This record gives sequence, C-alpha cells and structure tokens, in this order.
Amino acid sequence: MRRTTVLNRQSRRFLPWVMWAWVFGVGLWGGNHPLSAADRSPVEAEVQSKVVKLYGAGGLAGLQGYGTGFIVSPDGHIATIWSHLLDADAVAVVLSNGRRLMGRVVAAEPKLDLALLKIDATGLEHFDLTRSAAGGPGTRVFAFSNMFKVAAGDEPVSMQHGIISARTKLAARRGRFASNYSGPVYVVDAITNNPGAAGGILTDRRGQLLGMLGRELRDAQSQVWVNYVVPAGEITPTLQAMMRGEYTREKVVDPLANAREIPPRTFGLILVPDIVYRTPAYIDEIVPGSVAATAKLQPDDLIVFLNGKVVGSVRTLQAELNLLQPGEDAEFVIRRGSELITVQFPVPLSLDEKQ
Amino acid sequence: MLSPLILMVLTVHSVAAAEVAPQVLKAQSARIATVAQAMPAVVAIFDNEGKGGGSGVLIQRDGLTVTNFHVVEGMGPFMKCGLSDGKLYDAVVIGIDPTGDVALIQMQGRTDFPVAEIADSDTVQMGDWCFAMGNPFLLATDYQPTVTYGVVAGTHRYQYPAGTFLEYTDCLQVDASINPGNSGGPLFNNQGQLIGINGRISVEKRGRVNIGAGYAISINQVMHFKDHLLSGRIVDHATLGATVTTDAEGRVVIAQILEQSEAFRRGLRSGDELVEFAGRPIRSVNQFKNVLGIYPAGWKLPLTYKHEGEQKSIVVRLRTLHRRAELVGEDEEAPPEHPRPKLQLPELPFEIPGLNKKPPHAHLFEGKAGYGNFYFNKLATDRAIESMLPWGQFAAATGTWSLNLKGPRNVPMQIKLTDTTVAARIDETAYIQNLSEPYLDKPPGSGGLLIAMDHLRRMLIAPHKQFSEFYYAGSEPLDGSGPRVDVYVALHSTAISRWYFQREPIALVGWDTAIEEDTDECEIRFTELADFGGRKLPKKLTVRRAESLLGEFEIESATMSGEQP
Repeated sequence: MRRTTVLNRQSRRFLPWVMWAWVFGVGLWGGNHPLSAADRSPVEAEVQSKVVKLYGAGGLAGLQGYGTGFIVSPDGHIATIWSHLLDADAVAVVLSNGRRLMGRVVAAEPKLDLALLKIDATGLEHFDLTRSAAGGPGTRVFAFSNMFKVAAGDEPVSMQHGIISARTKLAARRGRFASNYSGPVYVVDAITNNPGAAGGILTDRRGQLLGMLGRELRDAQSQVWVNYVVPAGEITPTLQAMMRGEYTREKVVDPLANAREIPPRTFGLILVPDIVYRTPAYIDEIVPGSVAATAKLQPDDLIVFLNGKVVGSVRTLQAELNLLQPGEDAEFVIRRGSELITVQFPVPLSLDEKQ
Repeated sequence: MLSPLILMVLTVHSVAAAEVAPQVLKAQSARIATVAQAMPAVVAIFDNEGKGGGSGVLIQRDGLTVTNFHVVEGMGPFMKCGLSDGKLYDAVVIGIDPTGDVALIQMQGRTDFPVAEIADSDTVQMGDWCFAMGNPFLLATDYQPTVTYGVVAGTHRYQYPAGTFLEYTDCLQVDASINPGNSGGPLFNNQGQLIGINGRISVEKRGRVNIGAGYAISINQVMHFKDHLLSGRIVDHATLGATVTTDAEGRVVIAQILEQSEAFRRGLRSGDELVEFAGRPIRSVNQFKNVLGIYPAGWKLPLTYKHEGEQKSIVVRLRTLHRRAELVGEDEEAPPEHPRPKLQLPELPFEIPGLNKKPPHAHLFEGKAGYGNFYFNKLATDRAIESMLPWGQFAAATGTWSLNLKGPRNVPMQIKLTDTTVAARIDETAYIQNLSEPYLDKPPGSGGLLIAMDHLRRMLIAPHKQFSEFYYAGSEPLDGSGPRVDVYVALHSTAISRWYFQREPIALVGWDTAIEEDTDECEIRFTELADFGGRKLPKKLTVRRAESLLGEFEIESATMSGEQP
C-alpha cells in the first residue's frame, strides 16, 4: 500500500504537467525535452490500484485459469468479463498491493458478457462508474490487463497504448469464439486480444475508464482477431443494478443451456445412441417424409462436417447444431462408404414445431 | 495530367499542417531528432553464410556490440554487421551468456564506431515512452534500422526459462512492436538512451509475431555481465544455493538450502524469511529470481533475513548455476520440455556481399572448451601479468622463499615456501602443509593462509605455468561494495584463488584462496608494496575470513632464492 501511495503522490505532481500537455496536444510523445513530465504517463499509477488479477477455473485445453478485473466500488465490487474463470466456487482476487482475497460471483449478465464479483474489503480505490468517459475514433487510449499472467503478486499489470480505431456494433455470435455480447464496441489498434486480458480496462490518457476489454474473438472467415472493448456506458446501468442487489446469483445461466436445443430430428435425422464420450455421428434412422429422407440420406451414413466444422462425435454435432440460426442453411457432409456427399437444408424458422 | 493531382495533394497537406498545433510539430521534430541520434549505433547482424540474422547495438567505440545469445548461436565465430551508414563490417564473437541470452561481439575496422548512450534501466518506469530499433524480418537491405515505438508495459518482469537457459529476469516489458529479427537490438528511452536489449515476445495463437508483449533484457544486467562477457568465456549465472517459496501468509521463505552453500555457512536456514536481497525488498518469488538473474556468479550480495523472528544481515557470494559441462553442452540431457520461447530468426531475404569468404580476422578467434573466444581471455591475462612487471623478476625465483612477518600484537611469524611444502612458525607453534597431501585449514581458522601464500608465490613466478588454470573471469565490486575490480581465477590442486586487480592504474590489490570448493576463503588485501632485494612484495597483508578480521601481517624481510635447497 505504501508504494501505491508514493506513486499516487508522484502522479499528482505530474498531473498539472500532463493536463497542460494534453490541452496543447503534446501528450503523444514528448520527444527530447528535458524535464518533460508529459513523457511519462502518470495514468499508470492512478489506474493500477483499481485493477485486479483474477485466478479461477481453467488451466486446461487452452482455457486460461487467470484473468483481469477492475474495482467499481470502495466495498470490494469487482467487474470482469463473464467467462469459464468464474465456474469455480470462489475466484482468487489479487489486489495491486499483492493482497489475495477470495471473491464470489454476485451476479452475471451473459448478454453483456459481464459478471460482478465481491470481496470482503473496504476503502478500496475504485472507478466511479458515474464518471466514466466516452471516446471515438482517434481517441488515444491505454489498456491495462494481466495478459499472459505476466504480473504476479503486487507486480503491476501490463500496460499498452493505442487509439480507438472505430466505434461499431459487434456482430460475432457464432463459432468457437462466439461472443454473447452484440452491442456497441470500441475497436482498438492495441493488441488487447490476449489470454487473460479480457475483463481488463481501457482508459483515456487521463486514466478515466472508457470500457472493459472484450474476450478473445476471431473472425472465422478472415481469421482476424478483433481487439474490442465494451464501452463503460453499456455496462454501467447493469453493474449499478447488480451492486444494488437487483441481480442475484440465481440468474447466472449457462448460455448454451439457455439456448435453443436443435435436435437432429429437426432435419429428420435419428442418430445412433450417444453412449461413449466420442460416439461417431452415424445416422441410425431417417424419419419418413423429412428433409433428410427427401435428400436420400440413409442409415449408416456418417456425418463428418456441419457448416465446415469437423463433426467428431454425436456431442460435437449437437453443439454445432445448437449454433444454427433459424432461416439459415445447414450444410452437412456425409460419408457413405468411401464417398462424401454434401446436402443442404434450411433451418426451420420455428424450431419448436417439429419437436 | 499528374500535376493538378500533386498540387491538390500538396494543398491538402499544407492545410492539414497549418491546423496542427506548433507544440505537436515541435514534439514530432524532437522525436525525429532523437531517433536520428540513436540510429547510428544500431547494428544489423547477419550470419556468415547468409542464412539469417538479428540486431545489435554498439556500446564502445572499439566496436563492442551487444546482442542476444540466440542471435549468434550457431553462427560460428564470425559474422557481418551492417550500420545505418550503409557499410558492412566484419565482426567476431567475444563472450556468450546462454542463461541471460546475451552475447558480446566486436565489430572490426574502426576505432571510432558510433555508440549508444547507456542509461540506468532501474530508473525506467511503467508508462515511459520508448522505442525499439533493429532489423525485424531482416527487411533492411541497406542496413537502415526499423523503429517501432510504444510504452514500457511493465518493469522488473520475470519470464521463465527453457530448462535453465534463456531466462529473462528483471526485464522490461514493452508494447512497442518486437518481431523476429529485432532480437539483440536496442530499446531506447525517449531521450534516445539505451535501456534494454530486445529479445523475447509472448506468443500464443498468432504465431511468432508481435502481439503487444515484448521483453527486453535490462541494460543494467548487461552492464553487470559486460566484463564477464569480455573474458571470452561462456558466462554462467548464479544461484544462492537455496530455493525459495511463498508461504501461506505471503512471506518469501527459504524452502531448501544446500549445506555446502556460503549462505548456509553464514547462518541461513530452511524456513527463514527473506526480507531484502541486494538492497531490494523481497515480496515475491519473482522478485528474488529477478535479483539473482542480473548478477554474475561470484558476486557478493547483501542479504537480510529473519531467523526465528530475529533479523540478520549477511553478505553472500553467489554460486554458479550450472556445472561446466552443462554450459559447454557436453551433457547429454533430455531437451527442455518446452521449445525455447525466444524469437526465431528470420531467413535472409537478400544477398550480403562478401559472404562465405575466409574471414579476414581469423587471428582474432581461438576456440577452447568453455569459451566463446579464448583469444580475448588471453588478452586479459596478458594485461594482468604485464601489470605485475614492476614487482620485479620472479620467473627465476623458483627456490625457497623465506618471509619474516610481524603479526597482530607483534607476534613474530616465519613462512617458508617451496615447490613441495609450505611451513609457518607463529610464536612457538609450527604449521606444515605438504602440497602433495590434502589441503588443510592451516593455521586453523585462517581459511588456509599457507595455501594462499603458496598461490602468491605461483602467481609471481609464472601463473600460466604454476597453476593448472589461470583465466580472467570478469569484474565485480571488491568485497561486495567496493570499487569494480577485475577478477582472475587460478586453480591448483583442490585450491582456488580469485585475484583482484584495481583498474587505472591496473594493480593487484588482493586475493582470496579457498583450499577447496565450498569452504570459506582466506581473504588477503594490501595497499602498498615494499622492496626486498630488488623484488617487491605486499608490505602489509590484511587477512580476513568469513567476514571477520584475523589480523594484519607486515612483511619485515624476505628472501626469494633461485634454486631448490
């Protein structure tokens, strides 16, 4: 704590300089000035004490067991991204001074990819959500996160610089890197899309909160990773409601459990019983008169691809089926003997009627 | 047709320029000037067969250039170096540090190379603006370096090694773009001063390119190791001889400690809490590793710990991290579990003139096991021997040496030294060490004063002949906190001596002799020489052992005969 205080004092000393530099637009890069306090960002010290390192579930199969969050109340409320990390009963929260506390999930809002944690602490430095900032294309920004778990204990989390490239709407709702969130986002040129970075923060160059770093997200077609940030304004009302206790743990739901289940019967397919972990997706029966029957699919055909995704088992087929949207086409690739057959069906607009 | 278009572009440009605040333009021109000032010392390194390369930075006018070990690894002793003046120079490897991923090479052909100004990297703070220069993807066909800028994303970072090599301790993390080919190149602060050597990036799903997390070895670490690298050796890193862990209360405690280690002999025990190491408070295991990683083996560092609630401060000499065979690569051990997390060097996309020719500086390289380039060690030992010429001609004094000394409280002491025996008489007590028998701590508690005197005799007669090995090790602060001295190591039988030479003017100021590894040394210091029949010896020897003073011994008379009795 002592160190934090010293840094803050230092930053207060620098602040007038930086304000001056900001007003006159010199903040970009001070160049060769002696005594140019504007060269060093005092923002870092201001922000660090409000960012926490999180350790929770994960550590397997490319899922990191670490992440980032930020303090939004003096009483230990911590906002972060809603992720597998929070599947543990309790999440370890490490404050900037190295204090390690256990946090529990107070509430979560999957549609905003948002979760609120609570630790038993008081008098914490925090972001005042009523005073967050907004930005637009060209706004110079800093990102703070514990990407790659580089920092441990009381070590400060990593800092990056960049600009907001665009303010746009996120439309990335499918595939392995599906995003639950589909609202407005800032797209930034800093590479914030890294393991453990989600739940970190974006600030302006005065250290004011602009938003929360989004999850790792890749466009399936262009293979481009998107560095997006959910603007503070989008999550503030929900966070405030959560802090008031209007959201409860009971509302936490699995997005897949919540989503429509699209059974293979939707297309007239009856698969072999799913008995082992990786039961091959063989067709057992075809419902007469169904689209599958029309397409002349047969028992013992093996489904190997759905919409370009490898189908390794009955379970992966089901997972891929669940991602289908009403009205779009589902393209199946079937192996019959040594032959590969491609068939395409529209996904029924109303999924309930066939069940 | 084109002219209206150009005119339009110009107009648009000038309008845009007019709207920019003068402070911004001033900052921009200052930035351009800083980059221009830093650029001449940036080196593009290519291997001699045109297969790949990396970057480097000149730190001395005689051509000393720092780069990464992984850049020169596999290149052989000679390489080509391009500067931003468009010229290509030959270079030869000097010393390598595989653990710290640093190498020192020397560019040839000039004595007025441009050099980078070196800053104190401990003053770097998170959020400082910085810029990296080098040769990413080996794009520089004209050797003009690429500049990328960013902020210092973290300081005092710890990055795990692959096995026990390529460990980045206490390093700087930057968001400036660092890519393959940047390896070994300089990281500058916004004044254009050298603060680090870029060498590593975090990689994950996007392949080996920058993803916003690059790491630079702090220039302070490099400067701690500079003289060790100049010794031409394969330089080792250090261990305390103890492992540390964080306990339930978040304290950093000693988990296990080697009983042979100096720290153990000074009282450090398993379960003790580390408080401070090398002047830094220790609050995490990373911080402990950060301190260990930036100092060469052999350095003495202060350490404060708590033993059963009582706080104690000691000074400990760091042990070598690896066995010699491990460093030289003679050990047939399993490869590390993880591939080395370094930057891979890109392939050379263009032709370098004069490659594959016989190196014109072949005489600057001498291969020897344990060395990157033994030639540079010979230069150093020659310097030390030359500095002792004013002591007189000792080469023929291979017979019996008789010294009469006056010890503490005026106790008389005689020492006789021959090729086979060392004997001493203090008051009425005699001590004899037969040199063909195991070395003992004689007189008891001295750490082996008799053997230390035998080593002085050997050192004066002919170190290369009298010792089984005599080499330059590097430099260290004398006794942990004194001025930087050059350290030479001499081995004979089981005994090891470390000889300390002050710089400018070069002069021997003392030596430590251990009768065998892992024992407390007999430490001898002196300031003045006295003449004994045309040959000089130290006038007064100050003898210490394990941080306690044993006394001062004044040489009153000495004879050094040329024949065996």
